[in-house]
Amino acid sequence: MERIQIGDVSLEMLTAGAGPPLLFLHPGDYFAQHREFFDKLARHWRVVVPRHPGFGNSERPDGFRTVDDLAYLYLDLLERQGFGKATLVGSSLGGWIALEICVRCCAAIDRLVLIDSLGVKFGGREERDIADIYALPSDELLRRVFFDPGRSAPDYLRLGDDELNVVARDRQATALYGWRPYMHNPRLRQWLHRVRVPTLVIWGENDGIVAPGYGRKLARSLPDARFETIREAGHYPQIERPDEVAGAIGGFARAEAL
Amino acid sequence: MKVWHFSEMAYHPAWPQLGDSYRVVIPSRLFDPKIGADLYHRYLDEWALCDELGINIMTNEHHATATCADSVCTIPMAILARETKKVRLLALGMPIGNRNDPIRVAEEYSMLDVISRGRIEMGFVKGVPFEISPANTNPAELIERFWEAHDLILKAMTSHDGPFNWEGTHFHYRSVNVWPRPWQQPHPPVWMPVGSPGSAMEAAAHGMTIGVLNTGWVRTPPIFDAYRRKAAEVGRPMTPQRLAYMALIGVGDTREEGERRADQILGYSRTSGIVAPQFMNPPGYAPPAQSAQVLKASGAGFRAGRIQSRDGRNIDPRAMSVADAIDAGLVFAGTPDDVFDQLHAFYDHVGGFGHLLMMGQGGLLDHGETVANLTLFSKEVLPRVTEL
Repeated sequence: MERIQIGDVSLEMLTAGAGPPLLFLHPGDYFAQHREFFDKLARHWRVVVPRHPGFGNSERPDGFRTVDDLAYLYLDLLERQGFGKATLVGSSLGGWIALEICVRCCAAIDRLVLIDSLGVKFGGREERDIADIYALPSDELLRRVFFDPGRSAPDYLRLGDDELNVVARDRQATALYGWRPYMHNPRLRQWLHRVRVPTLVIWGENDGIVAPGYGRKLARSLPDARFETIREAGHYPQIERPDEVAGAIGGFARAEAL
Repeated sequence: MKVWHFSEMAYHPAWPQLGDSYRVVIPSRLFDPKIGADLYHRYLDEWALCDELGINIMTNEHHATATCADSVCTIPMAILARETKKVRLLALGMPIGNRNDPIRVAEEYSMLDVISRGRIEMGFVKGVPFEISPANTNPAELIERFWEAHDLILKAMTSHDGPFNWEGTHFHYRSVNVWPRPWQQPHPPVWMPVGSPGSAMEAAAHGMTIGVLNTGWVRTPPIFDAYRRKAAEVGRPMTPQRLAYMALIGVGDTREEGERRADQILGYSRTSGIVAPQFMNPPGYAPPAQSAQVLKASGAGFRAGRIQSRDGRNIDPRAMSVADAIDAGLVFAGTPDDVFDQLHAFYDHVGGFGHLLMMGQGGLLDHGETVANLTLFSKEVLPRVTEL
């Protein structure tokens, strides 16, 4: 993977393909399972995938503690890359980062795609919008995350130490940014009207981490969003149905971007 | 050597009803307050007896568990600060990385120190992984929060000229002004439990006394060695009083009686590690390389393989026999001579230590047996141990 320096921060970054720019903000887990999805996207886009600070082999400056910090970092990246206007796609934790970016400034963003995004709290204090991935037994967790865990879940026993260390580092960083309040920013909902960019909200029909009903509420809370589900997919439809998700993104954003 | 009696105040009546987790997720309807009250009072009676027997007192705390019903370590300390007159009182201790308010900790310890007229020893603990969930603290920041809380508490207990300002990474106060100030000057002795050479070196650098628990014959020497090396390196005076070792102790008039008592106390070791695997490896609690190996084992066992026989065999704590536990250095049991000989051999093996944290009650050992265990220990073993 390449590296990019944004200010004082050195990140790993994957780039692929040619075409209009698409910045993909990855979820907390299962980065290694995204290869097929990135390949599909690269056929039509110049895909840019930074590894967030603290993930993979990206540095995390001591002061980076919240998703706010990631949002400002990627606003810097968008300005510096000279993309003109980019399509911004975020999955799960990456969707939350994308929302935090857009409520601050949409100037460098042409289209927004959210895939099973986190970040917003809709329910009351005793309702859990987002399943507690740290408290679920591993079997149940995988059943909630994937439509077909047998096909999509990684087998840790087969991973080498380097790959497994990356998985552990990703888990650590996800916890750092999302532990409390759990995977959301209590103040984000009141600013969603500032996401002044056409938005597609994509949801795995079988997502057991954040149910499709949450996605519908999210879409309704945004000024210009439509909602689409992906069949036979859980929390990461881009892993389980890479064709459908890449197709949905293209159908939504490509015609206008060209 | 000083000896301390420790019990986790287990609520063992619930144990037969528990499945694959004795912690975190178990419903409190399994706790009967009437039975619980009787248990609390008998454990307190046993500690109060220690004042007459000349055995110091140690408490601890855990959360959402039937293995340890002491969820606030300073509550028994508060009762015993008045009920006892002579022995010292150690809390090992306060999970300051998981507590939200370090100033409250400084106030609790200071007040206890004054009421007990200077008999408090204050432990600060990082906490085992399954304490994260009950506290909902961010595991990826736990260590950092621990040290900031530690610094703040000590400054709060040693500043006597009015309020000071603290705007740190995790804690914010503009008017820190703890009343009362502690009896002992500059502050009560500070302890930390450690389980690795790395933590031992941190403690040595801070001049803390370390309490080493459940590490046994194989894992204890490198921890004590690391402490001694670091203390020498930073120029801190090294005395055996900086090192404490916890052992489960069953003593009887016959070897059979002592081993039977130890067998019941081992109920602690056989249950305390039974935790649903998803709470064993919270992300960021351990360094990534260590966490990765636990992932490989499907999350099953941050603590697996941590008990070893002298010849390096892994011992399953759930099925550990007294003989296994004696071999592993976790238990000293038998007649007073047996107990002293086993302790002495361990003492020599690890290069000496200044405190024996004696689990004199654990598991199902009942009140009569606990009193007999502590009394016989104080008469027949304590005088010899004190000489070490």
